[in-house]
Order: sequence, then structure tokens, then C-alpha cells
Amino acid sequence: MKKKPTLKRLIELYDEMLSLPHKQEVARELRDEDDLFLLLVYSDMLGIPNPAFYYTLELYPHIVEKFHDWHLRMGMEKSPLDGIRCC
Amino acid sequence: MSGIWLAVVGMLVFFLGYKYYSKFIAEKIYRLDPNYVTPAHRYKDGVDFVPTNKFVLWGHHFTSVAGAAPIVGPAIAVYWGWLPAVLWVLLGTVFAAGVHDFGTLVLSVRNKGQSVGTLASKLIGQKAKVLFLFIILLLVLMVNAVFAWVIAKLFISFPASVVSVFIQIPLAIWIGYSVYKKKGNMLLPSIVALAVMYLAAVVASYVPAMQIDLVKYFGGEGATSFFGLSATSMAFFAWIIVLMVYVYIASTLPVWKLLQPRDYINSHQLIVGLGLLYLGLLFTNPEITAPVTNASADTSWFPLLFITIACGAISGFHGLVSSGTSSKQLNNEADARFVGYLGSVGEGALALVAIIAVVTFFPTAEQFTATYSGFAAASGAGLGVFVQGAGQLAAGLGIPATVASTIVSVIVVSFAATTLDSSVRLMRYIISELGAEYKITPLTKMHVATTTAVVSSAALTLIPQGPRGFGSGGYLLWPLFGTSNQLLAGISLLLISIWLKRQGRNYLPTVIPMVFIMFMTLWAMISQVVTKWAPWAAESDWMLFTFGAIILVFTFWILVTAVAALRKGDQDQIQRSA
Repeated sequence: MKKKPTLKRLIELYDEMLSLPHKQEVARELRDEDDLFLLLVYSDMLGIPNPAFYYTLELYPHIVEKFHDWHLRMGMEKSPLDGIRCC
Repeated sequence: MSGIWLAVVGMLVFFLGYKYYSKFIAEKIYRLDPNYVTPAHRYKDGVDFVPTNKFVLWGHHFTSVAGAAPIVGPAIAVYWGWLPAVLWVLLGTVFAAGVHDFGTLVLSVRNKGQSVGTLASKLIGQKAKVLFLFIILLLVLMVNAVFAWVIAKLFISFPASVVSVFIQIPLAIWIGYSVYKKKGNMLLPSIVALAVMYLAAVVASYVPAMQIDLVKYFGGEGATSFFGLSATSMAFFAWIIVLMVYVYIASTLPVWKLLQPRDYINSHQLIVGLGLLYLGLLFTNPEITAPVTNASADTSWFPLLFITIACGAISGFHGLVSSGTSSKQLNNEADARFVGYLGSVGEGALALVAIIAVVTFFPTAEQFTATYSGFAAASGAGLGVFVQGAGQLAAGLGIPATVASTIVSVIVVSFAATTLDSSVRLMRYIISELGAEYKITPLTKMHVATTTAVVSSAALTLIPQGPRGFGSGGYLLWPLFGTSNQLLAGISLLLISIWLKRQGRNYLPTVIPMVFIMFMTLWAMISQVVTKWAPWAAESDWMLFTFGAIILVFTFWILVTAVAALRKGDQDQIQRSA
């Protein structure tokens, strides 16, 4: 159903138009932070010693989907790590 | 004739162009398919690839492409009379800019949302990508130099605008922090920021102590200050240095800290500016006093008009926005017509009102002709006349003329500053990319690349000699800026044509504006380089000659490469059909 054009809706639309690039940049910063977190979690698999690896492994089920998105985004069609077979 | 009629005719042409010509292009040439899965859906990642409402995307696209350039070019080009400028803006927007912006958007959507640079290497060859990078590098270098000059000139001519422009910086940083850290909304703080800026403009218009008039500080017009330079030259020099220091800091900060909150405030200013001008036009109903054509011009309008008005008629820069960001956010391929074509119409509307503001400013045709006495005089004075003309239109809404002029100059400076910020940042990226391509490692470092960008831009702004001495000749670069911009547009149209040809479709609607724009650009450039700037010419200028010659070589190079690619495409087709 189409929304009725009200003043409030118009202002929302105007705000959306102008804040589009800003939201994009904030999302990019957050994604970079997530990527860093991913690196910390799986650093052991890359040969960087991580004393908390045993515990971070527990995050595996929560993070595996993000890992899949990450390797696709990095231009790798299949998972680059042997230990993680997301696809 | 009333200026309102010009606006009415212009809007009617834009309307017909959108309603019929863009429909024809969408259905018969680009063949938009509403069922095509756009990159925004195919590669949806919540950051770059985000399906976006078409109205939102149009607003974003329009505010990204509109700036000071569609104001400066037309304000100079009315030197040849208002008719040639208006015709080029209207026909250029309908038949060239609309098709170009719309086409680059579709081309990118059909090629995974890739930018025109990447598409150039795909359609023409790997060499084209590097060549393309060099052309964009030249374009942004011109943009930096020209817009630094524009801002310095406006600061000198309208010292009351300085405080408002500088107040915007801490306000933008505050908004950036409050939104990023506290996840607040930007709308209200940015409106408050705008109100503070305009309040400062009003106060500064009446209180001389708030006007930062560097010419006065250096002893007044005609006085000689340091190093034997005149006060005006020193003022230009000082402002350009201040701007370059600012732009260095602005372009190395994360974009959310300064650039984007500034953009957000400036988008309000674009709406305020357009509203002020069109409403002012309606209320004042001014008469056009400028001549229809200029029979005694010292410089021929043909073909220089077509590079003097770049943005507002056709601009290669739009293709970078269309294929760089908008194509990744297009929700449905059918929306491309609305976003791309109407985006260029918005820019055309801005150029049209800029023309109206200038041609209605003077009380008589004689006064117009006295100010626009020659092409060089027009280039130097055009922007100042626009600000005063726009101020006169805004005064029709009850705003005192001085305040209105200050606010308009704040708006134009803000646009120019945003363009300067973004283009120095872009230049930094390109230098880094070229550094990586040619394995010059130091150039890939952020501060080395930024220093190279800033120093070369500052040098280019300061070298040309204008009538007001050292540093005042930045407007001499305008034809070069127009040329590199039009060249980029021509190449983008060429890419679209190659793509259409390979699809077996009618490519005349893109090839005709391409041939036209390439021919005009080449002709204008050859005549400027050979008869004006060359060492053997009367107005010999080594710097302009060198840059002009480089642009010419690039144009021929890319044309030869593209023709070879087209012929190769033909041979492939013959082989396939055999």
C-alpha cells in the first residue's frame, strides 16, 4: 500500500536524501570494525597466535555467516580457510 | 522580455525532454528492464550496494552533481548574449547531458555497478584505464585550481561572507561527532547550523568589524605591500594558502568528520539557493537587459561556448557519480531514467537560473556591455555579477540587497569548498593509484599523495597572471577545466556507444552528442593552443600551452584507441557471423 504524502513523510524523505552518503560511511566504518573483530577471532587460523582462540571458537556458529559475506566481498568465491567450510 | 518567460520556456523544454525524449531513450535505446536484477540487489551488502528509493536516490544524485560549476560557466558565457547560452543549456541538457548521465548509470548497472574507468579498460583496453586516470587527474587538478580561485575571489569581493563560511567548519565537525557518537539525527542540527551561518552573514553585512577584508588589511586596493606585490595580489595569495592548508586537513580526515556533515548543510543551501532564486524571480519579474547576441565579441562563441558552459549543459563529472555511487544503489533498472535524466535536468535548471540572474542584473544593456567588455573581462567579472544579480532577485522576497548578496556568496563559496574538498580527496586517491600502477611506492602514502595534490593545485592557481596581479588569473584556467570535463563526457558517451553497438542497438542518440562534444572540444582546444597560448602567439602562455597540449594529445590518443576497439568489435562480429 502506498504511504499518504504527509509533511512528516516529506521531511523524512528529504532527510533520507541528504543523509544517504553519511549513513553509507558510518556503515562502512562499522563494517571495518567487524572485519577487524573477525581477524581477531580467527587470527590463530592465519598463524597469528591468539591465547583466547579456544574461547573465540565458541563464536563460530554466530560468525560463520559474516565470514561467508566477508570472503565474497573480498572477491573469493570459496572460503579461503580449510577449517571453515561455509560454502 | 521578462526573465520569467525564459524560466517558463526552459522548464517546458526540460519537461518535454523528460516526458518524451528520455522515454524514447529508455524504451528503444537503453531498453530498461524492470525485471533485471540490479547490482544493488545482486551484491547487496548494506554499505555500497543498497537498494534505494528512487526519490531518495535522485535527491542524492542531484545534490552530488550540482555545485558552483553550473553557475560559473553560464555567468561567463552570457558574454556572447543570453540566447546562445540558454540554447546550449536547454538543448545540451535534453540531448546530451540527460542521455550521458542516464547512459552511464545504465551502463554501470549492466556491468556489476563498475565505474566508467573500469568500464573503459573493459570496453577499450587496459591502456585506456591508465589514460582515463590521467584525464581524471587533469580534471581534478583544474577543479582544485579553479575553485580555489573562485573562493579567493568571492572572499575578496564579498568579505562579509568569510565569517559564515568559516563558522560552518566547527559546526560541521560538531554535527559529525554528535551523529557518529550519539547516533543522533542530522536534520535538526544541520538546520540550526544553517541558521547560525545565515545569522552571521546578516550581522557581518552590517558590522564592518566582522568582514575579513584582507585587501584592506594589506593597505587597500592599489597599495603595495610585501615583496612588491599589490594588496590584492597579497590577498589572493593569502586566501589561496589558507584554503590549501584547510583542504589538506579536510581531505585527510575521515569523511564523516567534516566532509559529509558539510555536504549535508550544503544540500540545504542548494535548496535555499534554488528557492530564493526562482521565488525571487517570480516576485521581482525582472526584465532581461543583456543583449540577445553579441555581434562585436572579441572572441568567437563558436566553439568556445560549448566548453565555457560545461556543467549545466553536459559534464563528464556526472558520469563519475552515476557509475561510482548511484548505479550501486538503484533499486530497479526502470528508475534509471528518473534518477539519471532528471538529475541532469536539475543541474540544467540551476544553470538556467544563473543565466537569468546575470542577464537581468544590469539596469541597461550599455551597463551590461561595459562590464562584459571582452571575454577576459567577462571571465573575471561573471561570478561577481551572478552573486549581485542573485542578490537582486532574492531582494524581491524582502531581504535587503546587501544581506542577500552576502548569503548568495556564502552559498556559492560553500558549493565551491565542497567541490574542492572532494576533488582534492579524489586527486589523492588517483595519485596513490597511479603510484601503485607504476610502482612509485612513496606516492601511495596518504600524506605524500595529499601534499603532491595540494602543492600542484596551489601552484596552478597562483601561476596565471590576471589583471589584478599575481594569483588573480585562476579564471584563465576555466576553458581548460571545461575541456577536460567535456573530454571525459565525450569518452563516457563513446563507451556507451560501443556498448550499444555490441548489443546490436541503435547508437545514434549517444554517438551524435559524442561526436558533437568531441569535435567542439578539439576545435576549441586547437584554436586556443595554437592561436592564443602558443609561444608564437600574441598572448603566449607556457603553462596554458603545456596543459592544453597534454589534453589534446590525450584526446587523440583515446580516440585512436577507441576507434581501434570499435573496429576490433566489428571484426569479432564478422568472425562470429562467418
